[in-house]
Amino acid sequence: MPDKRRLTLSQMEPGQSGTVVEVLSGPGFVMRRGPGFMRRRGLGFMGRRGPGFMRGHGPGFGLRLEALGVRPGKKLTKVSSMLFRGPVTLRVGNTQVAVGFGMANRIIVEVDVPE
Amino acid sequence: MYPNRDFRTTVMKILLMGNPNVGKSALFSRLTGTRIIASNYPGTTVEFTAGYLKLGDEQAEIIDVPGTYTLEASTKAEEVAVEMLRDGDLVINVVDATNLERNLNLTLQLLERQVPVIVALNMWDDTRHRGIGIDSAKMEELLGVPVVPTVAVTGQGIKELVSRLPEAQVSQAAFSSSDERWARVGDIVGQVQSLSHRHHTWRDVLEDVSDHPAGGGFVAVVVLFVAFWVIRLVGEGIVGYVTDPLFEWLWTPLLMKLSLALGSGGFWHSILIGSLIDGQIDYFQSFGLLSTGLYIPLAAVLPYIVAFYLALGILEDVGYLPRLAVLMDTLMHRLGLHGFAIIPTILGLGCNVPAVMATRILESRRQRFIAATLISIGVPCAALQAMIVGLVGQQGAQYVAMVYGSLFISWVIIGLILNRTVRGFSPELLVEIPPYRFPPWRVVGEKLWLRVSGFIREALPIVLGAVLLVNVLYNLGVFDFLVNIAAPVVSGLLGLPKEAVVPLAMGFLRKDVAVGMLAPLALTAKQLVISSTVLAMFFPCVATFVILARELGARDMLKASGIMIAAALVVGSLQNLIL
Repeated sequence: MPDKRRLTLSQMEPGQSGTVVEVLSGPGFVMRRGPGFMRRRGLGFMGRRGPGFMRGHGPGFGLRLEALGVRPGKKLTKVSSMLFRGPVTLRVGNTQVAVGFGMANRIIVEVDVPE
Repeated sequence: MYPNRDFRTTVMKILLMGNPNVGKSALFSRLTGTRIIASNYPGTTVEFTAGYLKLGDEQAEIIDVPGTYTLEASTKAEEVAVEMLRDGDLVINVVDATNLERNLNLTLQLLERQVPVIVALNMWDDTRHRGIGIDSAKMEELLGVPVVPTVAVTGQGIKELVSRLPEAQVSQAAFSSSDERWARVGDIVGQVQSLSHRHHTWRDVLEDVSDHPAGGGFVAVVVLFVAFWVIRLVGEGIVGYVTDPLFEWLWTPLLMKLSLALGSGGFWHSILIGSLIDGQIDYFQSFGLLSTGLYIPLAAVLPYIVAFYLALGILEDVGYLPRLAVLMDTLMHRLGLHGFAIIPTILGLGCNVPAVMATRILESRRQRFIAATLISIGVPCAALQAMIVGLVGQQGAQYVAMVYGSLFISWVIIGLILNRTVRGFSPELLVEIPPYRFPPWRVVGEKLWLRVSGFIREALPIVLGAVLLVNVLYNLGVFDFLVNIAAPVVSGLLGLPKEAVVPLAMGFLRKDVAVGMLAPLALTAKQLVISSTVLAMFFPCVATFVILARELGARDMLKASGIMIAAALVVGSLQNLIL
């Protein structure tokens, strides 16, 4: 079941590696899931416009990730994640990149399963 | 050969372009001999800098362009880069050899443009440590433009780069999509790069530890503690062994002779030397041009400027700051920013002017407004801090702690409020973490000299001007008028003597001078705490003001100023009630 091995970057364990499958776009998709999502301002009240709205990602976030070398087909290793939904650090090739938690939720990785 | 070139102007424009943090600024210094600030974090250069290089009989203008990952800009600094590409005659594409794949994406984008390109394969020395082998001749063949391995910090390969500049070519590359471009990048990397196994080094271990949440926290505490210790050690060392002895043994006797020659009083005496305290010159209280006017910038502030920028320069070049950004991200999010905003904030502890300019590395207007406002309110510059520590510290360290504590709490609370009230959006952190590098001492030294000489050049005239102005206005009686108008606020709300209005107003010109002006007022410890805090939070100094207006626009600058005044009054009044 290949689907079972698909995780978001934030769900991966530090040290785990995999191949980037997809970088999701569109406002607040995966961010609505998971424990504690209601506590996040601006997303608990889905779609409400106001200060802090659409805080998870900037325009062109996929493009910026791509420019840093994080794009579908690339091998990626999760290095660490900070507590309290803090940023996730990942490594692609020789580049180390830190992305916000919301972004990490939208990077879908097919995880290597040890044989 | 140079399709964009305007031959009516004789100067050829050479652009240094590349990803952030690949050593463009270091290469720029090498090529032009012009010293500029280079560090180990993406986004050191937010404005372009130009210098000149002699190329045969021609003079060429070299421009250090802010780093960009793509030609589709997403931050203000990147927009500058793309904008500049239009009038370049030649591009030196600086490529981080340890990170070929990501860097070549930009290279291919540049090759699609109708501009001659030459590639500087920089950080060549680092490839060996990392077990990377690159066939630069093969790469040259595949790209169709010259490729020269360089090490900008040591100067290796620079001569060859310059001699091969005329070989730069317009490439015929064209890609229908970014996927096609990436495929080509992968193809080139596959052909020119070979990786060999290497052992884990102490650097890797240190990187692993500081990426870990708990380990990172520990490293941060150690780093900040050591930085603080270095700043104190160096600062106090310079004061104790250099500046104070110089002033005491050389300058004071000279001034006393001058004082006698001027008849120990009169107009010129009060302007040049100021008032004598118990028949002696007191460098904090006399307030003459040659006494306090020179002592504040050169003896009280300069040592700490040197100490702070030395510590900052090392932290910058080691590559620690982006890691701190990741660690601080959760807190900074609560303030409507993201972790990377910690870098302008730390720069602000040196001087608010470059700090406000550095807010350009933030993506949205909302973030830039919040960051710039918070820096102006809660982040005291080194000059101000040196004076606060010097003056308030005489009453006891706990009072200095009160000032810093109040500023920090205000910084957090105002940030929380701004996050809830300012419209717009704040994107999340997305930042490249550079590897740790051993600081190149030459770069650290040059950067320190650049910043310190900048301080002397810019601050000294303003300090002298401010001291002169204060003396003249005192003599004209202008201050009495001001004091009486503002007395209700200053005395009623803040519990300060009404004479404190003058230093507070003077804070607009130079904050260090303003703190110096508090010295003769014989304030209590509590009053010193209140006045120092209010001074730090109130208007930024005039130089910061100008930069705020330029970066935020007049309207937002006025908004920020309103917030500053309100915050300063509220915090000062609260301190007056609580302390």
